[in-house]
Amino acid sequence: MNYGPLIFLATFFALSGSWCGFVLTPQLQIGRLQQTNTLGTASTTYPVARPGLAGQGLQVYRANGCACCHSQQVGQTGTILEISLTDAGTNQSSTIAALLDLLKGTDDHPTAFVPLPPLEPAGSNAAAAALQSKLPKALLRTSDPAAAKAAVKTLNATSAKAEFWVVPVGPDLSRGWGKRRTVAEDYLFDFPVMPGSQRVGPDLANVGLRLPDTKWHLLHLYAPQLVVKGSTMPPYPFLFEKRKIERRPSPEALVLTGHLAPPAGYEVVPTPGAVALAAYLTSLRADAPLFVAPLTVASAPTAATTNSQASSLAASTNAVPAQTPAK
Amino acid sequence: MSVTSSTPPPSAADPVGTALSPIPPAQIDASCRLPLVVLFLSGAVWLVIASAFGLLASIKFHAPGFLADSAWLTYGRVRPAGLNSLLYGFCVQAGLGVGLWILARLGRTTLAKPGLVAFGAACWNLGVTAGVLGILAGGSTGFENLEMPRYAARVMLLGYLMVVLWGVVTFHRRRERPAYVSQWFLFAALFWFPWIYSTANLLLLAFPVRGMAQAVIAWWYSDNLLVVWLGLVGLATVFYFLPKLTRRELYSRYLALLTFWMLILFGSWGGIPMSAPVPAWMPVLSAVATVLTVILVIAVALNVHLTLEGRCSEFLATPSLRFIGFAVLAFIVAALMRIMNAVPEIGRVTEFTWFTPAREFLNSYGFFAMAMFGAVYYIAPQLFGQRFPSAGLVRAHFWAAAAGVLLYVVPLGIGGIVQGLKLRQAGIAFTDIAQGTLPFLRVSTLGDVLIALGHLMFLANLAGLVVRFYRALAVSAWAAATAEVPIAEVNA
Repeated sequence: MNYGPLIFLATFFALSGSWCGFVLTPQLQIGRLQQTNTLGTASTTYPVARPGLAGQGLQVYRANGCACCHSQQVGQTGTILEISLTDAGTNQSSTIAALLDLLKGTDDHPTAFVPLPPLEPAGSNAAAAALQSKLPKALLRTSDPAAAKAAVKTLNATSAKAEFWVVPVGPDLSRGWGKRRTVAEDYLFDFPVMPGSQRVGPDLANVGLRLPDTKWHLLHLYAPQLVVKGSTMPPYPFLFEKRKIERRPSPEALVLTGHLAPPAGYEVVPTPGAVALAAYLTSLRADAPLFVAPLTVASAPTAATTNSQASSLAASTNAVPAQTPAK
Repeated sequence: MSVTSSTPPPSAADPVGTALSPIPPAQIDASCRLPLVVLFLSGAVWLVIASAFGLLASIKFHAPGFLADSAWLTYGRVRPAGLNSLLYGFCVQAGLGVGLWILARLGRTTLAKPGLVAFGAACWNLGVTAGVLGILAGGSTGFENLEMPRYAARVMLLGYLMVVLWGVVTFHRRRERPAYVSQWFLFAALFWFPWIYSTANLLLLAFPVRGMAQAVIAWWYSDNLLVVWLGLVGLATVFYFLPKLTRRELYSRYLALLTFWMLILFGSWGGIPMSAPVPAWMPVLSAVATVLTVILVIAVALNVHLTLEGRCSEFLATPSLRFIGFAVLAFIVAALMRIMNAVPEIGRVTEFTWFTPAREFLNSYGFFAMAMFGAVYYIAPQLFGQRFPSAGLVRAHFWAAAAGVLLYVVPLGIGGIVQGLKLRQAGIAFTDIAQGTLPFLRVSTLGDVLIALGHLMFLANLAGLVVRFYRALAVSAWAAATAEVPIAEVNA
């Protein structure tokens, strides 16, 4: 290694290797991703580009370095399956017996199922109550797809209608930070992509899902401690304007009380940057069921579950590939 | 001199080596003086700026409302501005200065075109200034460690190329033909940066790729800069100064060669976080490569240990050696922390926590910047043929910097692990976790203060040395210009 050209070649080959691995191949694989269809019958293309205002908000997010403290990626440790009853059927006693059988298991094969709240503690009374409650309702939980399929079959044989739901799990998801892990598809139309490396503040991948109110976000940006007790976030007063009320108060003015309230005759209104940022934050939701990250989207149980809703649920479940849960 | 004298004499078959006799060190130093003054002095100024920003960001964890009214001084702008000032303002700049000097000294030849090198350094500083102002003004690109806007990046790349072109020429013109280990590291580093920097700027800012590919390229760039570039230049400095200052020979060149290969082969594949939302092969490959870098850590530790024959107390001999010794230790610890992070069970706890900034700081400051301090404290007196104005300040700088690094890295490292363990338990409310990190962050402010004090001492000492030298030069020039002309000369 006494020659410059030799050292140069060594450097060149080492760096080209790494360049091909982590620049070229990612570009070929994920740089060329296209929109995909979401799973389920009401299939839509995903993702869609953010609306204009939210797109501007992304730039406010970038300019103020929000990604220094907030990640936008959630993980999951695995997937579990929930056996859910959509219709109690006509022969409820046999359904109850089947449910209890599933929970009991045999001596050789301990049960693969864990009862969920309405069935807990497991007993015929609880099972009867669970059948009377609002359906569809998840009753059993398992991590074994074969057992889940068998259970659905057993329950369907008792005139009830059952199906299994795919439910991603993990500490991030238990915190309510998302419904499934984030995948490369979720970031397709963003520039720049800021997945973040720090959780000085909570993850924001699905903040629009859990906090859909722009008014909440504006107030939170102006005075974080006012809306989140014990928050360590700095306030962003420069995104707001304190101005004299002209003729009538602005409908956008923040509702402030106590020491934060502006002097009489004044109001605090968000600047266009703050409005855009709030629009961006509420647009953050990565919860569409995808082939690479499946989950069953259960429509909120309504007062009267119609047949069409139940069948669409069943269809969406069937569309989910039998995912092997990580366990 | 033990470094260069230990290399075998140039073979008779080498026409260049025999034709040209080595240039004496004093002449080499004189050729390096102007560019190195620009690089070191502006680097020291950037250090002070970086620590001011770092302190500002740290204070926001004591009082979130501190300076909140100003958009320019919001946490999300001040923190990247500080880190970029440290990385590009000091680390790259000091690395270039030290690297050029080592290349010239080991090649026993003068630095090629010092004026143009100084001009390139000035360009680089212009770019960094524009970049840091750009970040403060809200022009950050949003990519970690690459926050400087596009306009700044162009000027910086141009400046860098102007500097390294003459570095390559200097290496080519060397009169001592056999290359010492430090020369491999430095020569590779000269090429490494422009390649990764132009790739990142082209694919992220000029012609951005789509979606998550952006993040992957940003991670690749950031890790290549922090691990490979800083590693190459930092280890070159260690392998040059350690034998030189202890008057021993480097234990094994083959171990050093192994270090070099491991660093460029495996070090360059890291950086993709464990749970990144990308296809699984990327984080896995990245983790495997990172774990394999354990070979280079062992090679460095062995080489240093055996060079000193186990007498690590020799590190305390001179201030420069103290800095270098600290750098070696920090390099090993930071690299082990990085390897630990690549193990899934540990990585899942430490990701998204303060552990990562602590580790990166230990690498870029505890290892790299400390090695640079050691080198500058040795090189600067050689350039000017004078001692530093205050030897006490040099000693004080070491203790302030060493204590500062410990007070920054240890609390944040422990706090990060605690934070990570709590994040894994969904039952603990997030605000409680965030509040729980505050005591650790507040202790680390103390580290920031000490580091800032050290930077002031460094700048004062260096500026004092430079001013004294040029003032003496100016005085003697003035005296010569205004001296009475002997009557004999007038008549002639």
